[in-house]
Amino acid sequence: MRRCGAIFLMSWLMLVRPAAADLTIEITQGVDGALPIAVVPFALSGSTEADTFVTSIINADLARSGRFTPLPGRDLLAQPHRASDVDYRTWRTINVEGLVVGRIRVEAGVYNIQFELFDIVRGVQMKGYTVKAATRDLRQTAHQISDLIYEAYLGEKGAFATHIAYVTEIRGKQGKRYSLQVADADGFNPKTVLDSVQPLMSPAWSPDGKKLAYVSFENQRPNIYIQELATGTRSLVSSFPGLNGAPAWSPDGKRMALVLSQTSGNADIYIMNLETRQLSRLTDNYAIDTEPVWTPDGAAVLFTSDRGGGPQLYRVASSGGTPERLTFDGSYNARAAIAPNGRTVAFVHGEGNVYRIAVLDLETGSVQVLTDSRLDESPSFAPNGSMILYATNDKGRGVMCAVSVDGKVRQRLALQEGDTREPAWSPYKK
Amino acid sequence: MVKQGLKRVTMALLPVLVLAACSSAPKKGDTSGAEQSAPSAAADESTPAQTRALDSAPVAQPKAISETPAAVTKGGDAALPATRVIYFDYDDATIRAEFREVLAAHARYLASHPNVRITVQGHCDERGTREYNMGLGERRANAVKKFLSLQGAGGKQMEAVSFGEERPVDSGHDDAAWAKNRRVEIVYSGR
Repeated sequence: MRRCGAIFLMSWLMLVRPAAADLTIEITQGVDGALPIAVVPFALSGSTEADTFVTSIINADLARSGRFTPLPGRDLLAQPHRASDVDYRTWRTINVEGLVVGRIRVEAGVYNIQFELFDIVRGVQMKGYTVKAATRDLRQTAHQISDLIYEAYLGEKGAFATHIAYVTEIRGKQGKRYSLQVADADGFNPKTVLDSVQPLMSPAWSPDGKKLAYVSFENQRPNIYIQELATGTRSLVSSFPGLNGAPAWSPDGKRMALVLSQTSGNADIYIMNLETRQLSRLTDNYAIDTEPVWTPDGAAVLFTSDRGGGPQLYRVASSGGTPERLTFDGSYNARAAIAPNGRTVAFVHGEGNVYRIAVLDLETGSVQVLTDSRLDESPSFAPNGSMILYATNDKGRGVMCAVSVDGKVRQRLALQEGDTREPAWSPYKK
Repeated sequence: MVKQGLKRVTMALLPVLVLAACSSAPKKGDTSGAEQSAPSAAADESTPAQTRALDSAPVAQPKAISETPAAVTKGGDAALPATRVIYFDYDDATIRAEFREVLAAHARYLASHPNVRITVQGHCDERGTREYNMGLGERRANAVKKFLSLQGAGGKQMEAVSFGEERPVDSGHDDAAWAKNRRVEIVYSGR
C-alpha cells in the first residue's frame, strides 16, 4: 500500500508541475526584521528522497511576504525530519532563528503531513501540526501550512491560502478574447470564471469571498454584473445609459458603490442597495469622480476625482457630505485600495509617463513609492495587509506582481498567459 | 526606489518535468463541456463542485452591432465624411480646431438624415488608471456629442459610449501609439 502511494505521488508530481514556472523574487534591499528561517524538505514515506514540492511552495510564500528570509536549500546544514533530530547549535551557527521540519505519509491518495516549528534562539519546539490533504489539494494545503508558520512566528494571520481574481486578454486567430480568472494567491491554478470577446474590467470580491462583481462590455456598453463563483450564476446589476463602472462592495456586503454617468456624460459615484436596487447619489460634480472604495468600517468612501485639475484622492462620508482631498504630491494620484486596518492607502502615483504604486499613511500623510517600473496599476491588499498585488507592464505584456507593504520584496506571479491585468486579492472566505 | 544592492534570487521552484498536455492553464473546452455538467455540479456540495462550477461560467454572448453604415445613402444635401476618428491631447477632452470641420460635416449629415443613428465611442491611451480612463473616454464622447448637437444633429441620433483604454488601436507603449489611441470614433449603425 505504501509503495503504491509513493509511486502515485511521483507520477502526480510529474503531471502537475507546470512549465516555465521559475519564480523570480527581487529583494531590493536588505530586509530588516525579516526572520531567517530554514524549511527542511519533508521526509516522504516509501521514498529515499525528501519531498521538495510542498516545502518549495512554503519557501516561496514566506519569501514573498518579505517577513521571512528562507534559507536556500543548498545552505541547509542538516536535514532533520523530526524533533529528536534537531540540534539547535547547528542552526545557530548560521543565524537561523526559525526551523520547520516534517514528514509526509501517503495513504490511499491522502497525504498526512506532520510538521513541527522550532524557535532556534530560545532552543524550544513551538508547535506541531498534522494536516491531511487529497492529491488535488496539495498545493492549497502547502499554502495553509505557510499560513500556520506565518502566524506561529509573527502572531498575525497569514494570507497565502487565499485567492486572486484578474482579467486576461489573449490575442488569437479570431481576435482578442478576454477572461476573468480566479487563481491561488501565488498565481497558480488559474480557473476561468467568465470568457468574452469583449473587454472585461474591474473585478471586485464580495466581502464573503463568494461572489465577484465586474464590468463587461458584452452588450457593447459597460455594464456591471455580479457572479456567484460556486455556481456560475450571475445577474446584471447596472446597465444605465452611459457609464456603469468601478463596483465596490460595502464591508457588510449589502451595498455597492459604483460609477454612473446617466445622461449627464459625467462620472459620479452612487451607492446601490443590493437588495432593493435603489440608488443614492454620493458625489455631484462636473469632474470625473470614480474608483470608489469603502473604508473597513463602512463610514467613508475614498475615490478619485479631477475636480482640482488632475486626478487626486478624496474621502467622503458614505452618508454624503463635502469630500476632503487626501493627496497633494504629484499630478496623478488615483485608484485607492485601503489596507484591512484602514490606516494605509495604496494608489497609483503618476508623474510624467511613469505610473507607480505608492502608499499613503492616513495618520501622518506621508507617501512612500513602492515600485519602480513604468506602468504599474490596480493595487490590491492581501486580506492580512502584508502584501500588495498590482499589475505592471513587462516588455509590452501585462503581468502581475506582489510587493511587500514596505516595498522591499517584489515578486512576479507565476503562470500568466497573454496580458494579465487588474488583480484583486480575495478576502478571507467566510 | 533603491536600485543599489538589488539582489536577484531565482527560485527554480519547479523543475521542468512537464507533459505538455498537463498544463494547469484553463483548457479550451472548459466552457462548452461544463454547460452540460453545470446543474449537477452546482447541486453537489462536496469539494469538486466549486472547481467545476468555476469552470462552468456563462459565456458572454455579445450582440453584434453592424459596423457598416447600412442606412447611409448618397442622397441628400450632405455627404458622409470619410473621416470617422478624431484625436485628443493627454487627459483632455477638448475638441482640437483641426477636427471641427469634419465634425461639422458629420453634424450636417446627421441633420439631413434624421433616421441615421451613431455611436460616439470615447477611447483613451493606456496611461493612468482604467476606471478613470472610462470617465475620460465618456467625457470625450460627450464632448463630441455636444459639438454635433450644437451643429444640428439630433440628440436622439447619438449615443455616447466609453471604452476607456480597453480597445486601443495601437498596442504599442510609446507616444506614437498613445496619440492614436486617444480618440473618439463615430460609428454609424443603420436603422
